[in-house]
Amino acid sequence: MLSYIARRLLVSIPTLILVSIFVFALQQLLPGDPVLALAGEDRDPETLDRLRELYHLNDPIWMQYLRWIGGVLQGDFGQSIRTGLPVADMIASKLPVTIQLAVMSMIFAALIGIPAGIISAVKKGTITDYVANIVALSGLSLPNFWLGIMLILLVSVRWQLLPASGYVPLTEDPLQSIRTMLMPAFVLGTALAASLMRHTRSSMLGVLRQDYIRTARAKGLGERTVVMHHAFRNALTPVVTLAALLFGELIAGAVLTEQIFTIPGFGKMVVDAVFNRDYAVVQGVVLVTAMGFILMNLVADAAYVMLNPRLKAG
Amino acid sequence: MTFRSTFLIAALLGSTALAAQGQTLRIGLESDPDALDPDRSRTFVGRIVFTALCDKLIDVTPDLELVPQLATEWTVSEDGRSVDMMLREGVVFHDGTPFDAEAVKANIERSQTLDTSVRKSEVSSIEEVEVVDTHHVRLNLSAPDAPLLAQLADRSGMMISPASFDSDVAANPVCSGPFKFVSRVAQDRIELEKFEDYWNADEISLDGVTYLPIPDSTVRLANLQSGDLDLINRLAATDVEAVESSDSLTYERADGLGYQGITFNTSNGAKSDNPFGQDARLRQALSLTIDRNAINQVVFAGLNAPASQFSSAVSPYFDEAYPVPERDVEQARALLAEAGYEDGLSLEMQFPNMPVSQQVVQMIQAMAAEAGIQINLTAKEFATMLSDQAAGDFQASQVGWSGRIDPDGNIYGFVTTGGGFNDGKYANEEVDRILAEARTVSDLEERKELYHQANQILMEDLPLFYLYNDAWLYGVSNDVEGFSPSPDGMIRLEGVTLSE
Repeated sequence: MLSYIARRLLVSIPTLILVSIFVFALQQLLPGDPVLALAGEDRDPETLDRLRELYHLNDPIWMQYLRWIGGVLQGDFGQSIRTGLPVADMIASKLPVTIQLAVMSMIFAALIGIPAGIISAVKKGTITDYVANIVALSGLSLPNFWLGIMLILLVSVRWQLLPASGYVPLTEDPLQSIRTMLMPAFVLGTALAASLMRHTRSSMLGVLRQDYIRTARAKGLGERTVVMHHAFRNALTPVVTLAALLFGELIAGAVLTEQIFTIPGFGKMVVDAVFNRDYAVVQGVVLVTAMGFILMNLVADAAYVMLNPRLKAG
Repeated sequence: MTFRSTFLIAALLGSTALAAQGQTLRIGLESDPDALDPDRSRTFVGRIVFTALCDKLIDVTPDLELVPQLATEWTVSEDGRSVDMMLREGVVFHDGTPFDAEAVKANIERSQTLDTSVRKSEVSSIEEVEVVDTHHVRLNLSAPDAPLLAQLADRSGMMISPASFDSDVAANPVCSGPFKFVSRVAQDRIELEKFEDYWNADEISLDGVTYLPIPDSTVRLANLQSGDLDLINRLAATDVEAVESSDSLTYERADGLGYQGITFNTSNGAKSDNPFGQDARLRQALSLTIDRNAINQVVFAGLNAPASQFSSAVSPYFDEAYPVPERDVEQARALLAEAGYEDGLSLEMQFPNMPVSQQVVQMIQAMAAEAGIQINLTAKEFATMLSDQAAGDFQASQVGWSGRIDPDGNIYGFVTTGGGFNDGKYANEEVDRILAEARTVSDLEERKELYHQANQILMEDLPLFYLYNDAWLYGVSNDVEGFSPSPDGMIRLEGVTLSE
């Protein structure tokens, strides 16, 4: 198992390098001049020249790339031209926020999606199945920004139950931290719940048709044991894979949701960075989220093996 | 549902008992400020935070008069080559370092020499800062510089503790303002607390102030309505009605110094070679087709002010000779015919991809069409638009300016040859000469006269024309007392109180 993980990690290095080249190149294709965006209302020609010089923007692109990747290999992600802060510090300060939001969203998604999937598989073709489907699909179809604003208007403005937006670190005030994250996590969770529900449902349907389920029933086991113990555990594998991949997407940041609820996570940082042509920040975030994605893939595969001991032999 | 989970959810939802905040004012801003270092700061919202954090040598009144802050009095010499400043005594920085003439010298030199300083051009006329005695400095200038005092009433005049120069100033700015820096979480909040040793502490009754960047104006307002914020900046004009109908909120308004307008490409590259770039009569015709009052009523609920010139009506430099032009389609058609386009013609116009700009340019498009001018609109992401504009890749552009207290800041860079904002590369030697001269004259009447002369030429040539002056709109909770807005858009906290 360990050597498998190590091998997988090594294989991911070329992927990361390709990602970094790709992102670097894409950014150069973006119209817009970082120095003009940076200078804002202090656009004095001398200042512009000096800033271009200072941030090496006059160098050929390949030199800029080598300078950057050289730094990354030594753990230096460069400096944001907008805030002047080291990109590594900026990422480090956003990571707990993004992870907390991702975990809470995932919990919502699983709590809604998996039971709904099981129920609609067991009750296939009944009214319960259709209702569960409609609920799940509307979660997917409602735009996050709309659901977010509606929730703020109802829960925060009208009922005054939860803070409208913002972020409190978990370490500072755990209860308040969870309260501020409930709505955004719910908004993100409902969108993900739909895909989890559909996958759970189809996977359960497949398993419920298997011979051993019939055997289990024939043995006289209760329906609950058959569904939860025999069917669900076997149906779980593809669902876990999907959940891990969805989690990887959550790490990449939820731009709209973070914007609406003013959560200082990756999504908001990367959007601000793109608008300001803050190249170093965009590259840093993309690289880290690519790593996160690769890692989650790995977790999914490892979970696969653990859930299905037969794969261990291979 | 088990008892425990019911309890947990009840605890999560119910405990709105926020930790006692003391008298901390929570202000919602429209974006996150950049570096909190006066020499590196470029954003407007950054200036709002500095207003509480960093005192300046000079302050500005709502009537745009320059008044003492850290400098108690100043005199400009007869030849305009030196400025004598007396400094306030008994002032200390947040770290306890006393404020004196040496500190002023060190700060101005930092603005001039720091690698990443964006203040260099603002203080470039200062050749030497002479320390006459501990509370008296003399600025020796290379040439008379009338806008300099206004610069010293903004970021160039903000004083940070010289003892903090070697540290990371933006991470922990040490100034001498009424509030001192506590912490900042990027894109989330900036927290300041009352500075007990502030020289004007009697005027400050708040214990602290927290700035929270919330880009979406609907969400900003929702936070104000739910009581999570006490004051919001940039209330959307369309939300004023909602605020007025609320029992717990009010709104405040002040006329601003900034403007929105249309800039033409008159000689920047190949794209300037279009009828509008080459013939001022066509630009005038377009301006005449626009009903500025209608735009203000429709898009801004009548809360902004229609504009005619680079000085806002609140500025002492406003030129009465040029009131807001009335819409006159007949006259516009006559000008088109005179220029040889009686059958109409088309113009490409770019604008930033923001809802408000879009509404404005679409109204212009419809109004211009009535006179036979067909406008083709292109929405551009802001940074893209800026660089296209600088590169001359435009015919006309809907852009604006946040406004400065000194008239020089609102016109010089935009129309003089080689000016930093002169993206259409308009060039007129007479304008260059007049505006350069206006920089050297400190007498108000004489200076006014020069700007009015420049206006005459600019209104004829019309390299850019003006649509409206943005007003500053704030949503304010009824718990806040004593807040009054200023034309410079800064949020001053002297005299502001918060009741619970």
